[in-house]
Amino acid sequence: MKVLPVSYRLTVTSRVLAAVLGGYVVAALASVSLSLWVPMARADAVVTGMMTSFLAYLGVVIWCFACRTAWRAWLGVIVPSLVLAALSGLAYWMGRS
Amino acid sequence: MKEGFRQAMAWLHTWAGLIFGWLLFAIFLTGTLAYFKDEISHWMQPEIPARSVTSEASLTVAQHYLQQHAAGASRWLIDLPDAREPGLSVRWQQTPTKRGERGQFTEKLLDPQTGAEVQGRETTGGEFFYRFHFQLQMPYPWGRWLSTIAAMVMFVALISGIITHKKIFKDFFTFRPRKGQRSWLDGHNAVGVLVLPFHLMITYSSLVIFMSMVMPASILASYNGDVRAFFDDVFPQSATPELSGKPATLAPMAPLLDRAREQWSGGNVGRLTVNNPGDANASVVLVRDSADRVVHDFGSAVTFNGVTGQLLGSTPAQSLPRAIAGSFYGLHMGRFADPVLRWLYFICGLAGTAMIGTGLVIWLGKRQLKHVKSGVMPFELRLVEVLNIASMSGLMIAVAAFFWANRVLPVAMAGRADWEVNSFFIVWGLSVLHAMFRRGRAAWVEQLALAALLFGAVPLLNAVTTPYHLGMTLARGDWAMAGFDLTCLGSGVFFAWAAWKMQRAGQVETVARQRVQPIGLEQEAR
Repeated sequence: MKVLPVSYRLTVTSRVLAAVLGGYVVAALASVSLSLWVPMARADAVVTGMMTSFLAYLGVVIWCFACRTAWRAWLGVIVPSLVLAALSGLAYWMGRS
Repeated sequence: MKEGFRQAMAWLHTWAGLIFGWLLFAIFLTGTLAYFKDEISHWMQPEIPARSVTSEASLTVAQHYLQQHAAGASRWLIDLPDAREPGLSVRWQQTPTKRGERGQFTEKLLDPQTGAEVQGRETTGGEFFYRFHFQLQMPYPWGRWLSTIAAMVMFVALISGIITHKKIFKDFFTFRPRKGQRSWLDGHNAVGVLVLPFHLMITYSSLVIFMSMVMPASILASYNGDVRAFFDDVFPQSATPELSGKPATLAPMAPLLDRAREQWSGGNVGRLTVNNPGDANASVVLVRDSADRVVHDFGSAVTFNGVTGQLLGSTPAQSLPRAIAGSFYGLHMGRFADPVLRWLYFICGLAGTAMIGTGLVIWLGKRQLKHVKSGVMPFELRLVEVLNIASMSGLMIAVAAFFWANRVLPVAMAGRADWEVNSFFIVWGLSVLHAMFRRGRAAWVEQLALAALLFGAVPLLNAVTTPYHLGMTLARGDWAMAGFDLTCLGSGVFFAWAAWKMQRAGQVETVARQRVQPIGLEQEAR
């Protein structure tokens, strides 16, 4: 077995972190914005959001290992997170007023 | 990892599968055993007789017993026996001495025919496998978290495996036996694809079951951090009337069963709760049996006044999203399954276990080939080999040891239920030591042979230590008891065959070693 260079190991670690932690954040935010946006009773909307969140997690994990560089992996985590956070914030603020 | 999409997915599948493979193997195997949890408990507590009496008769027996022994209790809980769980369990809670304290619970098992107390030997029974499957013998909530994380990894491994496996349906009809590494890969693909809907269902549903624990963000956002309010919405409970202080006699509860069935247009009652028995405001809550339907409905119940029999309320019907979540739960648990479907569940579970096992074997086999000539295995490969052996054949021996402990430990021994579980883990630990000190193939053969011996001898052990031998259980039609013995015998034969194959493959391998070419997922993906 060849010894793998340190830079390769670092990018793999970076991708794993993006997939595991970033994936969780995206999934959680997806569940929040879905539960705030679907026109259903509150409890039902929450159940729907939680049930589908794992698909978002899966999508992020696949993206993080499929894209060309580790930087793109992080980009694929940060952009959806910001969009979902904005959507959730908007719904939350609309619900307040 | 830098090449095409499919190569990237093959890489993900390989490493996610390896790191969580051992844990997932144990989770899948114990979960598969848990489909027969009641039957295993029945075998492990043979003193509890299986009776066929109606729910009405059982309930009358339970009410009679509780009125005599627990008249002053604040609450009674009655679990009615069904075809799979023969025991009639009654529990009662003492009125707490101080306000706000929880009263002490007492539990007794009754013979539903005679009403006499039954004392089964102390054991965790099939409940052990059920609990281990998702709690992993760890303190709450760590085991649940770890098993849910493993489920997410399983989900990723499944989907990346499907993407990797380009010719998924064509390859399904391809099986090349006696081709070493190639056969393992074909087998891995076959058991993976054959029951793919089961794998997807079981994996996704396990995430849904613990979703409010692992993914609570939307609860916190929608309910402003009030998690309790969410659970009150999802699991509505009918309010129970306060204690009136006026004594009154509880009416016979058996007729309420029919009235509950009317409410559900023909379901069965699984459990009854009686609040404040002996008071004028006594209430009886009848909870629906979860074996009734595929869609699981938590706490679907009707409440009656215990004295007048007046209907006090019933839980509302499930909304669609909750019914979907409930059907994930119901499908995963399989409580609704009749014997044929239950066996199908069991076989699918074994296929999942086999898929994980073959995957681990392929990972190692592929890398071992590179070191055949030098004959020296690097540390990491040796580590994987030891873990493979201990997590697969070692676990089988541990399961057998658990059953043996149930029959060999003295019936009256103090803490025997704990010692059954301890023997499981001690034997599993010993299998790790054994795998460390023996060479790979020898360790496999010896452990499989031991598993074959232990499982194959279970019917004999049962016949020697209890009066419930196969001749008697088959004649009486006690299929749970007889089926357990026969399944153990069958497993013993299977392990003997596996040990023999392993032994022979070892001899052939030394001859054919040079001719074998490494075949791997990355090549497969091209």
